[in-house]
Formats: sequence, C-alpha cells, structure tokens
Amino acid sequence: MQVCMTNCPTLIVMVGLPARGKTYISKKLTRYLNWIGVPTKEFNVGQYRRDLVKKYKSFEFFLPDNEEGLKIRKQCALAALNDVRQYLSEENGHVAVFDATNTTRERRETIYKFGEENGYKTFFVESVCVDPEVIAANIVQVKLGSPDYVDCSNDEATEDFMKRIECYKNSYETLDETLDKDLSYIKIMDVGRSYLVNRVMDHIQSRIVYYLMNIHVTPRSIYLCRHGESELNLKGRIGGDPGLSVRGKEFAKSLAQFINEQNIKDLKVWTSQMKRTIQTAEALGVPYEQWKVLNEIDAGVCEEMTYEEIQENYPLEFALRDQDKYRYRYPKGESYEDLVQRLEPVIMELERQENVLVICHQAVMRCLLAYFLDKPAEQLPYLKCPLHTVLKLTPVAYGCKVESIFLNVEAVNTHRDKPENVDISRPPEEALVTVPAHQ
Amino acid sequence: GSWASYMTNSPTLIVMIGLPARGKTYVSKKLTRYLNWIGVPTKVFNLGVYRREAVKSYKSYDFFRHDNKEAMEIRKRCALVALEDVKAYLLEECGQIAVFDATNTTRERRDLILNFAKENAFKVFFVESVCDDPEVIAANILEVKVSSPDYPERNRENVMDDFLKRIECYKVTYQPLDPDAYDKDLSFIKVINVGQRFLVNRVQDYIQSKIVYYLMNIHVQPRTIYLCRHGESEYNLVGKIGGDSGLSPRGKQFAQALKKFIEEQEIVELKVWTSQLKRTIQTAESLGVTYEQWKILNEIDAGVCEEMTYAEIEAKYPDEFALRDQEKYLYRYPGGESYQDLVQRLEPVIMELERQGNVLVISHQAVMRCLLAYFLDKSADELPYLRCPLHTILKLTPVAYGCKVETITLNVEAVNTHRDKPSLDSVSLAAQPWFFPFSKISA
Repeated sequence: MQVCMTNCPTLIVMVGLPARGKTYISKKLTRYLNWIGVPTKEFNVGQYRRDLVKKYKSFEFFLPDNEEGLKIRKQCALAALNDVRQYLSEENGHVAVFDATNTTRERRETIYKFGEENGYKTFFVESVCVDPEVIAANIVQVKLGSPDYVDCSNDEATEDFMKRIECYKNSYETLDETLDKDLSYIKIMDVGRSYLVNRVMDHIQSRIVYYLMNIHVTPRSIYLCRHGESELNLKGRIGGDPGLSVRGKEFAKSLAQFINEQNIKDLKVWTSQMKRTIQTAEALGVPYEQWKVLNEIDAGVCEEMTYEEIQENYPLEFALRDQDKYRYRYPKGESYEDLVQRLEPVIMELERQENVLVICHQAVMRCLLAYFLDKPAEQLPYLKCPLHTVLKLTPVAYGCKVESIFLNVEAVNTHRDKPENVDISRPPEEALVTVPAHQ
Repeated sequence: GSWASYMTNSPTLIVMIGLPARGKTYVSKKLTRYLNWIGVPTKVFNLGVYRREAVKSYKSYDFFRHDNKEAMEIRKRCALVALEDVKAYLLEECGQIAVFDATNTTRERRDLILNFAKENAFKVFFVESVCDDPEVIAANILEVKVSSPDYPERNRENVMDDFLKRIECYKVTYQPLDPDAYDKDLSFIKVINVGQRFLVNRVQDYIQSKIVYYLMNIHVQPRTIYLCRHGESEYNLVGKIGGDSGLSPRGKQFAQALKKFIEEQEIVELKVWTSQLKRTIQTAESLGVTYEQWKILNEIDAGVCEEMTYAEIEAKYPDEFALRDQEKYLYRYPGGESYQDLVQRLEPVIMELERQGNVLVISHQAVMRCLLAYFLDKSADELPYLRCPLHTILKLTPVAYGCKVETITLNVEAVNTHRDKPSLDSVSLAAQPWFFPFSKISA
C-alpha cells in the first residue's frame, strides 16, 4: 500500500556493540524505506567523529575513562541529533536512522527525550550477537577498509578493533524486558535467528519489523534480465503480449548456456505472466515460477503504440511523461510509482531467498535495480536495462556489486533518454529526438 | 493455485500452546480464515471438540486434574485421533496447513507432536499465547466460555468459578517454550499479553514469515468496519462494467445519505478509504471528512471487456462469457484480472484493516465481495456471488470467534448490478440485472 504518512516522523535508534551489523542494517533499511517512498536518511555518529577528529590514533580514544574522548563523542552525538532534527522537522524527512552504539540506558534516554520534545516516535533496533565467527567476519568485511585503519595492516586493525569493542562491553546495557517495557523496539539476535519485538506502535514500525525479519546475510547472487527481444520490440512498440523474435529465441538459448556455466546452487527462476518472459524461461529447461506482479508497466491507452504514434495521438500526455516520468500515470495505465508499490512483495521475497534469476521487463527491471543500487526516483525511469544483458548483483560490504554481462546476441535498443525539450508546446521532432531506431 | 499456495511447499503443522482462555482458539480460527482467503488450504483441529465427542457430558473441572488418570488417558487418546485427522487432511485431502488447537502445555505432549510431524515430513511452527493479565482472562471467559457446550446452563458465576479452577489444573504442569535452551531449535512465535510483545524464533520459510507478520498486526480492541460501494454511477445506469464514470443523480443522493448515516453513528476516529476511481472519490467527498485513496481498491480490471455491457460481452466474446460463468473466481478477463488476482492485490488492505480501528471502506462490487469473503470466511466458490448491492452498507463488528454483520439499506433507489450464476436448466430472469432482460444460455 502507499505508506500512510502519519503526522509523526519516526526516529529509529540503532543499539549494539561495534561490529554487530548496525550500519549494515541502517543503510539497508534506509534504502528500502526510500524505495517504497518514505523519505529516510541515516545519521552515522562515527562519521561525525571522523569529521571532527581528523586522524584516528587507536582504540584508546574509546576508553571509558578518556575524558577528552568522551567529550568529543558526546559532541558528535549531539551534532548528529541536531541534523536529525533539521531533517525531520525542516526538510520533510519522515524517518531518521540514528546509527551509533547507544549501548547505555542513559544515552538512550537522552535520545528518547529528544524525540519526545520534537514530536518524533522513537523505535529502537538492537543487534545482539555473541558468535565470534560472525564478529570476525564483520570486521574483515567492513572494518579493515575503514578510513580509521587506512595506515594499518589487517592484523593491527583487527587487534585494535577488538580492543575497541572491549571498551564498550563493561557499560553495555542491553534492552531489558522489564526496565524497557514501555519502549518500542526490536531486538535481533544472532543475525536473525530470533527476534524480540515490543510495542509496535504504527504501520511504519510494523513494516520495518517485517522487513528486518526477512533480510539475511547468507551470500548469494541475484540475476536480473529482460525477456529476449520480442516481435513488438523490433517494431518499436511498447507493451502488449508478443512472443520472442528470432534473436530473442537465440538469447534464450544463450541464457540457458550462461546459467549452466555459472553453476549456481539451488537457483530459483521467476518470470512474469507474459509470453515473452515465459518463452525465455522455457529455454532454460528448469522449473520456473510466474508472478503476475512482474508484468510490464501497463501503458493503458498507449499499449502497443510506437512513440511516434503516442506523440501523434497524445502529445500532451507524452510531454507530461517526460516532465515527471516517475510519477506520470498512463491514462488507464500505471506509473513507475505504482509499479514500485506492486513490486514490493517481490523485493521482500527476494530478500528472503538466496540465488534467484528474475526474467522480467524494462520498467520492472529498472524498479528492481533502483532498489538494489539505491537509485532515487528521478533516476529510476532512466536506468539502462538493455535487452540481452544480464545484471549479476552480489551483496558486498554495505552495498551491491554489479556485473553486466552481455550475452552476445544483437537486439534493438529500447532505451529512450529524456529529451531536452519537455514543454507541452514542443514540436514533434523535439519530442521524438531520443526515440531509438526500429523497423 | 495462488502464489501464497505455491510458496508453501511442505505441509505445515501449526501448534497452538497456552493455558485455557489465552485466545488460542480465537487465533486459530482467525489465522485459518486469513490463510484460506489468501489461497492456502488450512483447517483447524480443536482438541476440545474431540474431547466433547468422547466424553458426552462435561461435569466439572475435576476432569482436567493432572492426577485424574482415567481422564488423562481419554485426553491422550483424543489427541492421537485428532493427529490422525491432521495427517489425513495434509496427506490425502490436499490441505497445506493444519492448526492444532489445544493447550499443548507440556514438553511431553509437544515432543509427541514433533515426532508425529517428523514421521510425516510436516514442518512445525508453534504459536504460544502467554498472558498474565487477570482482566483479559476474565473477559475471555465471559466472551467465549460462558456459551461453550461444556456449560449448557450458562450461569456466569458458576462458569467463571469452574473455568478458573480448570486453568489452575493446567498451571501445575505448564512448561512454556524456552528459547534459550530446551526449545532453541524450534520454530515459534510467543505472543505476550495480547500482542504487546513477541518473541520470534527460527522462522523457516515464506508462509511462517507471513503468519508471523499477520499475528503481529491483529489486535482485539473493539471496533467496527463499514463496507459499502460508491453511489450509483452513470455506467451502472446503462449496464456498463468497469470504466471511470461519475455518480448518477441517485448516486449523489446516496452520498448525502451516507454522510447523514455516518454522522448519526457517532463513530470515534473513523478512517475513510476509497479507491482512485471517480465514483468512490465523489462519494467520499460528500462526507466532508478526510479520506485516503488507495489504487489497490480500484475495481477489478475487466481488460478487453472494460466499459461493455454484459449483452455486448456475450455478443462479442461468447466463449469468454461462458467460461467466466463456469469458473468465476479463477476466470481472468483477457488483458484484465480475476477474482483470485484481486484477492492478492487486496491483501495489504486486509492487513492494514487488521491494524486499524474504525474504518469505512468505499469501494466496488468485486472488491467488496473479496473483503466481505475475508471477514465472513466465505469460500472461493461463494465469493464472486456474494450480494453487495448499491446504496447498502455492511457494518461488521468482531464478536466472539467471528463477525456480526448488519445490513443497512440507505433509502435511495439504485439499479441492481448483481448477476447470479446462471443455471443450465432454466433461464432465471429474476437473476439478471433489469437492463439485461433476455440471456441466451447454451445448454
């Protein structure tokens, strides 16, 4: 559903020792919320500290009796909270994610009061993990490459970081069932083996909990591609339910070969319920599942038209679309914004799954890609998703590695860039200047 | 089958846990209703029902004393019979989920169930309800136990007294799920104090994740849901389906009458939801309150048949027309949707309705049928033929294990848009909307 904007902004407060995945969760959650249309921003206190204290020396900065260190760290927290206030109260932000250890009850009370004073709902996300292997892996993934350790060897960095964690342990007060019974929070244990959820207050908190309970960190790859070139692609027509062209069928075979070579464990294959994706999947010779929600964007009255025909029959609509391609809805059709809403269950299920190949369509693929690569709404409708090209996405550190693999079967270009002139009174040539060639 | 049904590969056994009067049967029935609605065949197996079969007349709480050997034997036998029925449902009757509704408060009993599940390759998910609030428990007893077959004389005080002693019998041997040691490898959700807090452990798959999300969104606060359609539209008048027409003069009258009705109801903090089609928005506009527009509440997309009358559809697409009558729930209009698609589309609406308090949903015929089927537990066969006439409000109030329905016809005339399933042996003119007098039924 279109997330109902409550009047209250939400302040999400991360809690946990270093290397417990707080920043990983903050960034991922922020990416998800922005994608579903909830303006969200993360505020990493460590970043404020790095901006203030130009050069990190050692774990001693974090010793509990280092007065100078404590003073600076408190200053940074307050600076971050000030920016939070500006974002939520002045810049139309809806959710702020306050990413810091927040391991003492005292610090959390300060933040909670800050939230109350400003009319924010506060929701805590605590990550608890005692598995030394997980912690070691986290350190390798994201700490060794941190600006703090740019001049250190891996061993030096690891040793220093472990001592840094020790600095926090003595004063760590985990969220308690009794003492914190009136707070709203989720406690994530052992990277999602179990969860404790307390007093979920509203819709957005419920969605956040559901999301956090579905994500995992098991290594895997997601493959995104479009159907093979279709008969309508060749003619420059949008939408419809055509079958594959001769080259499209070649692509399907190449895709089968590519998938075989990749040797992917337990690969799931998903398609839409349109012929062109189903025909592509058929060539793979493996079971696949059809999702109606993966169908291409509905172009309403413009279905099966060429861009030239749209310009001739609906020049106003055509211009309006160029002015705001993300929100523009085809008459009797859909917008990209509608598409994102429709695709949310796909994203949720992709998060639950491991290795998946999604064979879909141009607009659909743009939406999915924007989620994984954190592209904003303005860029989303212009992401390049050419035919016969597979994008292999692999989660790494805080983001996603992308490999683009063109499977050496020629196809038409279906990408139409935004033309310079988007005025409703523009001459047809200026509207059509970016239309790719077709039969 | 539905997507949700596909995503559920092995059969799953949901096992309720909790002392009496902790809402186990309430949750079992509600969850089962939800799962069936999203297309996952689910059935409840209530051990109390089996026990009442075996022991024709309940005498008193003494039956439940843990030192009552004879009774313990009977109760164990009932459990085994129930599990045999579970097995038949999941393995032979195409069931996908069985909900075993009993106290299951001892490890011994739960281990028995786990072994049974292992033998049959069923996944097991426990739902434990823990509640120590005496007011909640007393309210539960009054709501559902006083009217139980165990207490035919229905004397409240006697019931309360006996039932509380019954609970004490269980408390002696109650071993709650222990996430830190004994039960750390089980998959379960512990619901604490009617949803104030949850502990979720080892969710294994898609359907368990959906079950957890559902359980975390439902509540038991009293509230009322009002369902109605937009006022009569211009297209309704000429018998055209779909489209995006405005209200007819009578439709506008209805909107006014609706406003008056809502005011008279004096509903606390009523939320109003509409679709993004003109006719529901125009209806809501007359209410003079804030309302929210949901695209997913739009009427079923009739694809190539949009804006046609049934006569035109029958003339132009006779095969499609016949197919739809044969299988109205699954039938998808070419380029459009089926009722099954609509249910999937409406699932977030149902989830949000569960979270909310008092809500008025102004929608459309097919949409309203889907929502109504959820609240009244109607099957896929019945759903497309539920009666949702124009200018009529359905007021739904949760009560005991179900939903009370009041039908309120606001006194404004409108066309009838309901089309019954045609029978093969007779042409029933009464079943057709008035603007479609003669239908040709192919025998």
